Amino acid sequence: MSSSQSNVDYQHKPLPSSFTKIGTALLAIGLIIVIIGYFIDPTRAAFNNLILLMFLVSIGLGSLFLVGIEYLGGAVWSTPFRRITEFLASVLIVIPIIAIPVYMHMHDLYHWTHNEAVQADKLLKGKEPYLNLEFFTIRIVVFLLIWLAFYFLLTKNSKKQDTSKDQGLTKKNIKISAIFMPFFALTITFSAIDWMMSLEPHWFSTIYGVYYFSGTMLAALAATTYLLIYLNERKLLFKGLNQDHYYSFGALLFAFTNFWAYIAFSQFLLIYYANMPEETFWYLARWEGSWIVFSIGLIIVHFVVPYFGLLSQPSKMNPKRLKFMSLWILFAHFYDLYWLIMPTYNKEGIVFGWMELGFPLLAVGIVALMFGLKANKQNLIPVGDPKLIRGINFRL
Amino acid sequence: MSEKILHSYSGIFDTPDEIIHAAEKTVEAGYTKFDVNTPYPIHGMPKAMNLEPSKLGYAALVFGLSGTLTALFVMYWMAAIDYPITVGGKPFFAFPKYIPIMFEVTVLAAAIGTVSTMLFFFFKFPNNAHPLHDTSYMKKVSSDKYGLIIQADDPKFNEDEVKVFFASLHAKDVEPVYYDMEDINASPKIYDKKFIGGLALTFILVSGITYFTLNKLMFMVPFNWMMYQDKLTVQEKSSVFPDEFGVRAPVAGTVARGFMPYEFPNEPELAGEVLLNPLVPTEKNLALGKKKYDTYCSPCHGDFGDGDSRLRGQFPNPPSLHSEKVRNWSDGRIFHVITMGQNIMPSYSSQLTREEKWATVLYVRALERSKNAKESDLK
Repeated sequence: MSSSQSNVDYQHKPLPSSFTKIGTALLAIGLIIVIIGYFIDPTRAAFNNLILLMFLVSIGLGSLFLVGIEYLGGAVWSTPFRRITEFLASVLIVIPIIAIPVYMHMHDLYHWTHNEAVQADKLLKGKEPYLNLEFFTIRIVVFLLIWLAFYFLLTKNSKKQDTSKDQGLTKKNIKISAIFMPFFALTITFSAIDWMMSLEPHWFSTIYGVYYFSGTMLAALAATTYLLIYLNERKLLFKGLNQDHYYSFGALLFAFTNFWAYIAFSQFLLIYYANMPEETFWYLARWEGSWIVFSIGLIIVHFVVPYFGLLSQPSKMNPKRLKFMSLWILFAHFYDLYWLIMPTYNKEGIVFGWMELGFPLLAVGIVALMFGLKANKQNLIPVGDPKLIRGINFRL
Repeated sequence: MSEKILHSYSGIFDTPDEIIHAAEKTVEAGYTKFDVNTPYPIHGMPKAMNLEPSKLGYAALVFGLSGTLTALFVMYWMAAIDYPITVGGKPFFAFPKYIPIMFEVTVLAAAIGTVSTMLFFFFKFPNNAHPLHDTSYMKKVSSDKYGLIIQADDPKFNEDEVKVFFASLHAKDVEPVYYDMEDINASPKIYDKKFIGGLALTFILVSGITYFTLNKLMFMVPFNWMMYQDKLTVQEKSSVFPDEFGVRAPVAGTVARGFMPYEFPNEPELAGEVLLNPLVPTEKNLALGKKKYDTYCSPCHGDFGDGDSRLRGQFPNPPSLHSEKVRNWSDGRIFHVITMGQNIMPSYSSQLTREEKWATVLYVRALERSKNAKESDLK
């Protein structure tokens, strides 16, 4: 293997300066809008902040999952692109900062934080051992610590391998990934329940964690696909990247589009069929006023368009199409989170204004800037990885 | 022996890398009618062979969509038009619950349709012969070697050139593949008399055994497992009695054990005068009466005897039990109505025993008393 390592023709080049410039600009504009928003309507800003938080968790944690699953499955084809997912996972570092405003507006966001409401409500009183501020805080802190710990462990070994070329580090990371997986499954489920499902503390759905996970995977894959094509178009990656690599990402995006639809429909069908008032009200709230338009729009935006956009084989290989579809899927995931969270803020109908625009800008800015910072410091492909050559030579 | 016709030249390679390289070279050399046979799919082969993406996907799409629409139409027509039944309180045309079935039928239609298209259209079923069958070449490439053939009908084909070309690729065991025109023209094996005869025999045997089992064997002792016995059951003819009735009427002047016939079937007024309630209004009797009233009477008479039926006008509502007339009836008169029915109300003799009927009368009395209490009740 060591002899073939030298065959990788790679020179580290920094990203185009426009990348970080646009990232910084978006971050600045977004930040200004967000701060003004917090002054004018703190409650509405807090709800938007929650969407932003969940979106960044999707990208960061989803990417970390992709890194872990690649080690664990011994995947070869994706090894050359592991750095992109690693850099995207660095968004996790920002998560605690984004989570602070949410924590400060707990009373505006979460009905169950009001003690007198809990005492008057039999159902909430029954859930009190789980849904109380102290335990909530402990859980969130533990989740964040777990995510950051695994992020630093995995990326540190991967980075070290660039210079040491030590195959033992891959073995080490496989072990770390194996430990990470059950933690990932539990933390993503419970963070979705804590941060989003508890907005409606009376409602429950056992598939909620999987639902959020399916969106997470789509967001992480879409971000990776977009950046991969972006970098390849500027010749910042390796020579020999071909349609077979594109096809694999296209196929995964297509697969997870279907997975999302499957999970979303499973959740809906069970509740629709059982027709129990304690479950149906959640969907009814999204079927009233202008929310009905938004709900039907979710099916089209999140399923119909990506499904037909990625259905044929050539469309999974076409970089232009993939670029558009990955941006579309990122938008669809934001749309999905908005659909999950905002009906709690306003039952009458859709709320949309300059504030709802500011938070996505901030999200894109944060992702771009974190990626840019990492990409300018480190190699864009894991040059020391023993699987790299086989990954580059991957053919369908 | 008929004349042998050249089908192709074949060459054998040892590693996947060699075969990929060979395929690329073959494309470069300008051959179009060639094929590669390997023991397993090799990554990168479609590109090396310069293959167009398969058109089979379109067949899958068409069959899949036809499955979706068929399922939707069938369910819509059956459940919403031809035989509408309310299921789970949903509308007749409840789209969400159709989706899983539409999905299943899509997958089924796409799978069967795609495989059939592949067999009948691309493989020209029932033709199952190919010149490469039963050659040493096919034996090698189905175990551990990688083979390439260049067909004789390729426009660039030339026996000597191809031999030189294979040599330049370092192919092993380069040899021609021949076929018999007779083999190709012969009718496919499935039209063979023995095969058809075997199919017919299987058909006759299976259906014969099934017929024998279900229609004869199941009626023979001991295979009938005493399902059929010599006793007569309801609606069967008797060969013993001249009137041929299997079910006999009781002998005149007798009653069945434990059965007490009603004495005044056609004399309501007499029943009202003669019959006396044998039960006293104890808590136990009233509780029994309430239970029976709630079960059998309340659907029409209402929970409190007001005649406010729960059936919402599907039957004519009965009059109130609190009317002057009913209140002045004796217990026996009410007992008569429960036993014989009245107007549209049927007899409740098969649902209630004598004791239960009397208990119900007690409860009706209690209901009447509750709405028209005597002054002494208030003390």
